[in-house]
Amino acid sequence: MNIVVCVKQVPDTATERKLRSDDKTLDRDAADGVINELCEYAVEEALKVKEAHGGEVTVLTMGPAKATDTIRKALAMGADKAVHVVDDGLHGSDALSTSHALAQTLKKIGFDLVILGSESTDARMGVLAAMLAERLGTPQLTFARKVDIDGSSITIERVTDYGFDRVQATLPAVISVVEKINEPRYPSFKGIMAAKKKPVQTFGIADAEIDASVVGLGGASSEVAEFAVAPARAAGTVVKDEGDGGSKAADFLVSKKFI
Amino acid sequence: MAEILVLVEHVDGEVKKVTLELLTLARSLGSPSAVWAGPGYSAEAKARLAEFGAEKVYVADAADLHDYLVAPKAELLAQLVSSAAPAAVLVAATAESKEVAGRLAIKTGSGVITDAVGLGDGFVAEQSIFGGGVNVRSKVGRGTPIFAVRPNATTPEASTGAAAEEPVSVSVSDAAKVSKVVERVKEEKGARPELTEAAIVVSGGRGVGSAENFSVIERLADSLGAAVGASRAATDAGWYPHQFQVGQTGKTVSPQLYIAAGISGAIQHRAGMQTAKTIVAINKDPEAPIFELADFGVVGDLNQVVPQLTEEIEKRR
Ligand SMILES: Cc1cc2nc3c(=O)[nH]c(=O)nc-3n(C[C@H](O)[C@H](O)[C@H](O)COP(=O)(O)OP(=O)(O)OC[C@H]3O[C@@H](n4cnc5c(N)ncnc54)[C@H](O)[C@@H]3O)c2cc1C
Ligand SMILES: Nc1ncnc2c1ncn2[C@@H]1O[C@H](COP(=O)(O)O)[C@@H](O)[C@H]1O
Repeated sequence: MNIVVCVKQVPDTATERKLRSDDKTLDRDAADGVINELCEYAVEEALKVKEAHGGEVTVLTMGPAKATDTIRKALAMGADKAVHVVDDGLHGSDALSTSHALAQTLKKIGFDLVILGSESTDARMGVLAAMLAERLGTPQLTFARKVDIDGSSITIERVTDYGFDRVQATLPAVISVVEKINEPRYPSFKGIMAAKKKPVQTFGIADAEIDASVVGLGGASSEVAEFAVAPARAAGTVVKDEGDGGSKAADFLVSKKFI
Repeated sequence: MAEILVLVEHVDGEVKKVTLELLTLARSLGSPSAVWAGPGYSAEAKARLAEFGAEKVYVADAADLHDYLVAPKAELLAQLVSSAAPAAVLVAATAESKEVAGRLAIKTGSGVITDAVGLGDGFVAEQSIFGGGVNVRSKVGRGTPIFAVRPNATTPEASTGAAAEEPVSVSVSDAAKVSKVVERVKEEKGARPELTEAAIVVSGGRGVGSAENFSVIERLADSLGAAVGASRAATDAGWYPHQFQVGQTGKTVSPQLYIAAGISGAIQHRAGMQTAKTIVAINKDPEAPIFELADFGVVGDLNQVVPQLTEEIEKRR
């Protein structure tokens, strides 16, 4: 089975994240880039599918040159090879543009199963898997907490507000995973060493037959008009419980008219 | 006035509160048309939509809209965008409706903004990003703008609309019928309001200590008519079901009041609750980062503080 796992490099949530003042895009230089947490779960699931059904796992990422760190991390976990879509013309791409670029690349490299994280920690849109399915004309099986593959039939448990939906389709398909699906493995020393030698192919806009007019800052269909650092929350009152903590909290709720 | 499509969120035939919020918001920007997708439409549903200002109701009750994931709803909306040429499309920022919005954006060649916490003149959307650290105002520059708006972005206000019904017959394409929902499993917990919609959320974390002890949290929630949430430490431990997890990889909530008990306030948790209007924290560690956010904090054992608070609330109401 030809499994492609889409991973994204995001700024570390533990550091301060900023927008650039010039073009109002995410400042990717200001913060350390790390693999998006949910993408680790996507890689783990790809490896599990390979272990059960055979095949090959290709890591696909679109991002600046430094995103190679993220690719190496996924390769160290055990993926076989990688495709890195990198081109200055892609800077400033929004979700629609990113989905176009990734879909074009996926058409080039081929796939039976595409696995994504259900959401990234920077954009937090959670729409990319649905967009890829739309563009590729394949079934979407998203927000999966469990994936079962039997021949060409694939069934997932999709998390919902009330529990879960069991959803069924046939391969090829695009799936996205939530963090309850598995426990991502840590790369072993051997894995880290091996990753250095695994093939990473780079694709530019032309290589992947990406329409340059719908990607990058110029191609974005939505834009940030203005932004500001959120005002800090005013320091609140903190009291120590001396047998009356609950009662004091109730007084506060009364003062705010919640009771 | 310009028509604005509002995709109705409904469960078992009942219109959800977020839809009333979206209708209220749409009224400030144009003339709202509700779009009902899937079975379950009724006179009561119509009355509810009318009460909150729907001028039109497009009714598409084909079973296919319910039986297959996401794609059929995007087809329906694309059809309406082309026939009605609305000024904008509004959906709730739920996982599923965001996906509908994403696919619709591709079908109609339009820009999409998700997780708006406000929408004003000129369709300028407000978003709160990076876990609440930065406020952004953004615009769509192409096509029919599509907005996924978070629950609790507005207070619903009644104002009667005509709710003129227009049946829509959709023939969902075979291409959109590829992900079949074969079973819907409810893992529900009683009759509490839904987590993302609730005006008040009471969450428990590792400090609660056990699944049984979550009853302390539930009792406080019930005294306030609130939803119950949990930190990841609590859902990972199996003390509370995963769908109640609040945070970066769980639900994002923006209630009027968020009460965190036995939660330290890790960045991943804060990402899901930082936009709450008022925050109350109960934690035995005075250094817990949650106190940096709290409008009111109690340093103490939740096993004492929470039951006392519950009792006081019951006494005072
Ligand atoms: C990929 C990834 C995604 C994540 N996503 C999320 C997410 O969506 N949501 C989320 O919540 N976390 C998430 N986390 C986890 C997050 O980093 C924290 O580990 C988690 O939020 C901690 O939960 P907690 O506050 O309940 O536990 P702890 O950090 O252990 O805090 C427990 C608190 O309870 C207090 N306490 C203990 N006993 C009592 C008592 N009797 N009375 C009062 N207070 C008491 C302690 O002082 C302490 O402050 C994620 C982490 C990763 C790596
Ligand atoms: N630039 C990118 N390259 C590869 N995969 C991506 C990229 N952006 C997003 N993804 C994938 O889409 C998922 C959801 O991202 P988002 O829709 O941005 O929240 C991520 O977890 C990744 O799997």
